[in-house]
Amino acid sequence: MRFMMIVKATTDSEAGVKPTQELIDAMQRYNEELVKAGVLLAADGLMPSAGAVRISYPEPGGKPKVVDGPFTEAKEMIAGYTLIEVKSREEAIEWAMRMPDPHGFGQGEIELRQVYEVEDIMENPESQEKENALRMKLGERNKA
Amino acid sequence: MSPNPAHRTIDTIWRIESPKVIAGLTRMVRDVGLAEDLAQDALVIALERWPETGIPANPGAWLMMTAKRRAIDVLRRSKRRDEKYAELARETSLYTEDDADSRLDGEIGDDLLRLIFMTCHPVLSREARVALTLRLLGGLTTEEIARSFLAAESTIAQRIVRAKRTLNAEKVPFEVPAGPELQERLSAVLEVLYLLFNEGYSATSGEHWTRPLLCQEALRLGRVLAEILPGEPEVHGLVALMELQSSRLRTRVNADGEPVLLMDQNRAQWDRLLIRRGLAALERSRRLGRALGPYSLQAAITACHAQAVTPEETDWTRIAALYEALSRVAPSPVVELNRAVAVSMAFGPAFGLQLVDELCAEPALKDYHLLPSVRGDLLSKLGRHEEARAEFERAAAMTRNERERTLLLNRAAACGNMAEGE
Repeated sequence: MRFMMIVKATTDSEAGVKPTQELIDAMQRYNEELVKAGVLLAADGLMPSAGAVRISYPEPGGKPKVVDGPFTEAKEMIAGYTLIEVKSREEAIEWAMRMPDPHGFGQGEIELRQVYEVEDIMENPESQEKENALRMKLGERNKA
Repeated sequence: MSPNPAHRTIDTIWRIESPKVIAGLTRMVRDVGLAEDLAQDALVIALERWPETGIPANPGAWLMMTAKRRAIDVLRRSKRRDEKYAELARETSLYTEDDADSRLDGEIGDDLLRLIFMTCHPVLSREARVALTLRLLGGLTTEEIARSFLAAESTIAQRIVRAKRTLNAEKVPFEVPAGPELQERLSAVLEVLYLLFNEGYSATSGEHWTRPLLCQEALRLGRVLAEILPGEPEVHGLVALMELQSSRLRTRVNADGEPVLLMDQNRAQWDRLLIRRGLAALERSRRLGRALGPYSLQAAITACHAQAVTPEETDWTRIAALYEALSRVAPSPVVELNRAVAVSMAFGPAFGLQLVDELCAEPALKDYHLLPSVRGDLLSKLGRHEEARAEFERAAAMTRNERERTLLLNRAAACGNMAEGE
């Protein structure tokens, strides 16, 4: 199962303050640990909302309203995310607990959310015509 | 499952930390069985203490240190004391352990690598290698492994015990071999991971929902291996292959549990993130600048499918070329048959049929139902319906899968009808 660790924005991250070397080092060590455990899928940081655009639909069926950043409510915004694949919710929590306090100063906040799995596997009418020849193209299937 | 939340947390920490702890201990005591026991002892101590004292800031280092202390106690009392004790005194510095954690990083990577090479040693049977790897490197319980392989827990437990005993009896060293031996042993390691993966991958058509666990575990171990052995193109190749195949895991079975073939899968549901990761791993393999090995080539073939937005856009010419290359580095009749299919898609059924006909004399494919089934398909495309019907019937008689048999008989009947209509 996949989980996203969402790092919330802080006044610092919004101001574009670069993280301290100490935090960078800690983050690097943490990411290395994730990589060495084989659980890291993706991780990125987002630029401050000053360059962002917000598109909203205040009227149902109406035209979109476009507002340029920066936005003010830092805590409701995202500054970065780390996507991991783990065996259990407990494991995800354990990894999230190990993440360094992001851009701290009392504002650090990490939100851990599970990613939806596509549960409904689509129903597909089987094209019998191609059945066996196509099966062969799954060449890797036969190589065990 | 453990009864309370604290224990569940400790279980989780164990799963994350145990491979490193066991690897580190194995380096010390040179015995995986003893190393696992010592690590388990440390876990028991943690289970007793942590609920009261709280979980330490660096639980991995705590477990390692506790286990090392136990190791020294045990060795002190053991017969091997003389030779081992002196060695240990040199190697262990218990007083700097706490802050030594970050410095140990490189070593831990090496230890994990040695452990992988040890658990995948050819002196063990394939089943034993797989079970032991899952147990020591995946941190899976005997029960979980048994469930994944639909085997009795006692069977798996026995297998693991015997495997550990064999490693000891055969004096398998805790090391990564060098030179040409590395390639040989590495291929045994890769084989175990791919075996693990395939076990989970082909089982997704059944009702055994626990088996995707095997795919995930194989992929996870592959990623770990790629990280500690970045200079080996085939490791990246295997990771690429597993990432790419995993990307379609969800679309391989329909709601009724029936297999959905590659060309019929809903490509919109392929996991783009895993495809990107797979392509990146393939690129890493290529960038190392050596001739692509069997895993990288298979990954490249899979990548062709992953990159085709619609089945019609599939680059069959390239796939045919890749199969040709694959048939040189890893020749097998099955690869040849796959190549024939790719050739027929790229250049027309007549060319494919020619290759298939050559394979008909191949004794290894004598009982392989896909040979007549592919041949039937090509014949029917060429309008030779009567011959096609005979081939489909032959294939139907050979397959052991009910669903497949019905399908083949239907095709045979359809060909029969067309032959009559002529």
